[in-house]
Amino acid sequence: MSSLITRVRQKQIGQLIETGKRLDGRGLRDYREIKLEQGLIEKAEGSARVLLGKTEVLVGIKVETGKPFPDTPNEGVQTVNAELVPLASPTFEPGPPDENAIELARIVDRGIRESKAIDTEKLCIEPGKNVFVVFVDVWVLNHDGNLIDASALAAVAALLNTKMPNYEIKDGEVKIKHGYTPLPIKSKPITVTIAKVNDKLIVDPWLEEEQIMDARISMAINEAGNICAVQKGCAGYFTRQQVIEATKIAQEKAAEIRKKLDW
Amino acid sequence: MNEKPEKLIDKKGSRLDGRKADELRPIKIELGVLSNADGSAYIEHGKNKILAAVFGPREMHPKHLSLPDRMVLRCRYHMAPFSVQERKSPAPSRREVELSKVIRESLEPSVFVEYYPRTGIDLFIEVLQADGGTRCASITAASLAIADAGIPMRDLVVACAAGKIDDTVVLDLMDTEDKLGVADVPVAYMPNLNAVTLLQMDGILAPDEFEQAVNMAIEGCKKIYVMQKEALKTKYMDVKEEVEE
Repeated sequence: MSSLITRVRQKQIGQLIETGKRLDGRGLRDYREIKLEQGLIEKAEGSARVLLGKTEVLVGIKVETGKPFPDTPNEGVQTVNAELVPLASPTFEPGPPDENAIELARIVDRGIRESKAIDTEKLCIEPGKNVFVVFVDVWVLNHDGNLIDASALAAVAALLNTKMPNYEIKDGEVKIKHGYTPLPIKSKPITVTIAKVNDKLIVDPWLEEEQIMDARISMAINEAGNICAVQKGCAGYFTRQQVIEATKIAQEKAAEIRKKLDW
Repeated sequence: MNEKPEKLIDKKGSRLDGRKADELRPIKIELGVLSNADGSAYIEHGKNKILAAVFGPREMHPKHLSLPDRMVLRCRYHMAPFSVQERKSPAPSRREVELSKVIRESLEPSVFVEYYPRTGIDLFIEVLQADGGTRCASITAASLAIADAGIPMRDLVVACAAGKIDDTVVLDLMDTEDKLGVADVPVAYMPNLNAVTLLQMDGILAPDEFEQAVNMAIEGCKKIYVMQKEALKTKYMDVKEEVEE
């Protein structure tokens, strides 16, 4: 999914990072500015938009009733889907989700699921028969790098903004009543992505840095500073020591973002 | 379905299948098992039974996907419908698409892709029976299949998972431990380069537990690496004997 950048530019970005600087003026461990807006889609049960520098991701949440999975009859269902919308980048094409979109959706899904962000037991209407299904749809609107962190943040922000329809059971059927209650949320994970460029670890890679990075690692961190999901990506590698260093950076940055957002 | 066991690891530190915390399941590896493939390997890792085959380097299809300065690696991880308890639809699931991607990315750093410009290799992984840790066993087998095809490599890639069950960090989780356990951390590693080429995790771990799990998985990888090399040697010993006869 990479568009071309010239060798000179590649070299320039790499060499600059070796000296501890970045082309856009940030330090190696600095995030771009994060802007967060909630509830901008009235028809959705929940929504949020995140701007991470120029990267823009909109997440909409729909809540419907449906059947639980047979192995968890008392729990609601969470599904995450991601669309790399063609208007977001010249390299995105219309059509069914490719492996990049599927990986993005699954990283976001794992962050929410493993940190137990949604209290799924409270989404049960009738055990084994009827539960609430929470559809999280990640809509990438502008791609300027680090879609993972922007999407994960937007997804959690949208969940915090989500309301569940009230219901009653009449003659064995679920009837939706007037009014809403907030979606029960237990945890607010924050995902931090660290990229390796010229053997240096940087956070929040933007588009051109993503094109020259050897590898990336994303970690979802919960309130207690514990790690809830990890994904390494790209065809490069980290040494064992770099993996440990990355966990420390992820925790530090997650705490910093948490403080800024007052989560 | 089996009853849920109350404890996954007992007071004496013995797991459901009798293993200790840092013990691997029995592993059997065989090379060159498929005659049509350019390279192939079969692995039995506990109850996991997995076949991996490599075709190429060969001309890419479709042609426009080839690259002027390097070889393209393609990978398909696929599970047979009968490989799991509940029949799995043979159509590729989102999980399989993601695993195909991470497996490909875990193997790519080991291959000298620049030696074969404008070509591609196709790597096919078929899980015949699954019992937890299929992605790791797949990587171990696939790396050997690439070596078996005679493609130049920096090192073999070997993979193994560690995780947490009840309160203990353990090596090489089987299916029940993965499902009922606290966390699972699959790791792929190139021992000669100290390179972690795949790292995933689900579940919740404190940072020190995560570090412990990564270290334990790497130690497990090193043990499997010895078996990998042994399997590679065995195949060439057989070839040597054939030639000498």
